[in-house]
Amino acid sequence: MKYLMLVCVDPDFTPGADDGKPDVDDWVGEMDGKGIRLMGDRTRPASAATTVRVRNREVLVTDGPFVETKDLIAGFDVLECEDLDQAIEVATQHPMAWAGAIELRPVWPWGDE
Amino acid sequence: MNKEIAAVYADGWGRIVATMIRFTGDWSLAEECTQEAFATALRVWPETGTPDQPLAWLTTVARRTAVDRLRRATVERAKLQEVAMEPAPWTADSEIPDDRLELMFTCCHPALNVEAQVALTLRGVAGMSTAEIARAFLVPEKTMGQRIFRAKQRIKQAGIPFRVPPGHLLPERLTAVLHVLYLLFNEGYSGSGELCREAIRIGRTLVGLMPDEPEAQGLLALMLVQDARRTARTGADGTLLSLDEQDRARWDRALIEEGAALCERALRRGKAGPFQLQAAIAVCHATAASVEETDWPQIAGLYEHLRRVTPGPVVDLNRAVAVAMASGPEAGLALVDAIDGLDGYHLLHATRADLLRRAGRNDEAAGSWRRALDLAPTEAERRLLTDRLAAAPAGSAVSGGPAASPRTAPPGAPPSAPRPGG
Repeated sequence: MKYLMLVCVDPDFTPGADDGKPDVDDWVGEMDGKGIRLMGDRTRPASAATTVRVRNREVLVTDGPFVETKDLIAGFDVLECEDLDQAIEVATQHPMAWAGAIELRPVWPWGDE
Repeated sequence: MNKEIAAVYADGWGRIVATMIRFTGDWSLAEECTQEAFATALRVWPETGTPDQPLAWLTTVARRTAVDRLRRATVERAKLQEVAMEPAPWTADSEIPDDRLELMFTCCHPALNVEAQVALTLRGVAGMSTAEIARAFLVPEKTMGQRIFRAKQRIKQAGIPFRVPPGHLLPERLTAVLHVLYLLFNEGYSGSGELCREAIRIGRTLVGLMPDEPEAQGLLALMLVQDARRTARTGADGTLLSLDEQDRARWDRALIEEGAALCERALRRGKAGPFQLQAAIAVCHATAASVEETDWPQIAGLYEHLRRVTPGPVVDLNRAVAVAMASGPEAGLALVDAIDGLDGYHLLHATRADLLRRAGRNDEAAGSWRRALDLAPTEAERRLLTDRLAAAPAGSAVSGGPAASPRTAPPGAPPSAPRPGG
């Protein structure tokens, strides 16, 4: 199963002392090596986002994110996993699960119910 | 339902559903086909007699129904091919794989909310109908139907696996399964008891399937001993009775003995977890002739052990009560006053009032009673407190424990919070 892994910032999180948080490069190396991480990257903050809408055949381009919330999404990865348990384990090993949150969204392929 | 079929249903439902889920990968289809198989049995068996291998018979019928349904649904062609390629149907009960553990772990997966876990377990493992589950939780049948439907959909869409978790995840996941069972049990404890019976039945299955897990045994022992006292907990008028008010002759000795033996066997493994310790405490209460003759030092020691494995203020409160019974009210008061974070809990103040009164500090006791009454969440709880105060002779214990029922734990207390009371 494919999962879109949204790497999120938790604005309420205050880092403690050295908590043994894993290193992101190690994570990328390991998951790429296992063929679990298909792609992924950081994303620039919401201030660099552009929102595009077409209304009445007119293109409306606005600066900023579509949802005006705090800047939550910091990056993304696409995972290929056996099942949710494996995806949870992979997410657990990502440093942002320790300092923010990871949201796992199953990819919904065309043709599936 | 025909008696023989009912007996097969009790043990066979979960097994056939689990096999059919493995077989079709579709929870709703698996349940529908199993239901269909039992409906066929109800029609056929009275005429032909119960087959020698009833599970194999039922599973074969369920499988045939599944293949028929998939054949009619053209969108599932690929699935049908997969199913049709499976080996021939089972001819003997012993050939049917027992996938009930997989079923339990999937029903109690942490990616499902607790309500969904509970509903799925009752439907899938215990074979209760949606209407029965809805009644047990006092929600409309439609609501429960939707809850179960969404949970099944979520299992499929989120990719929740149908399997027993690997070793490194097992302790955590088993804890989740045990908590769901205990939640079910507690839900039934104050009601008709149907859910208690189901929880115990599933608990027995779990212990049978995981004989090396002492916590599973501990939970089953705890439920058996609590259930033994269930009917003695309420008076003729339906009010809750505390331990010292209960007629101990009404306790079910056979259940208590079974629970005590199971608890002892589990503890002998030397891995005492919260359920085993709570069971041991419940056994101490259940095997005592009266509140006075209860082995309070032993209970205080067990609470001391329990607070090391699951620290929490409710455990501390129960420990304080046991210590007061063993070593006098002042010793208990010192522990009650050291408890942090339960100031809004009426039973803390009720316990405090009781201990103060026993220590002869009546003025202070009155203040604590008022506080307890102010904080009591329901009229029934308030009445219980007032009755106890009125009934208590000066200098005696008001109750055998602060928690009169499993439901009285404060919000947020873990399901494993101790319940030594009635």
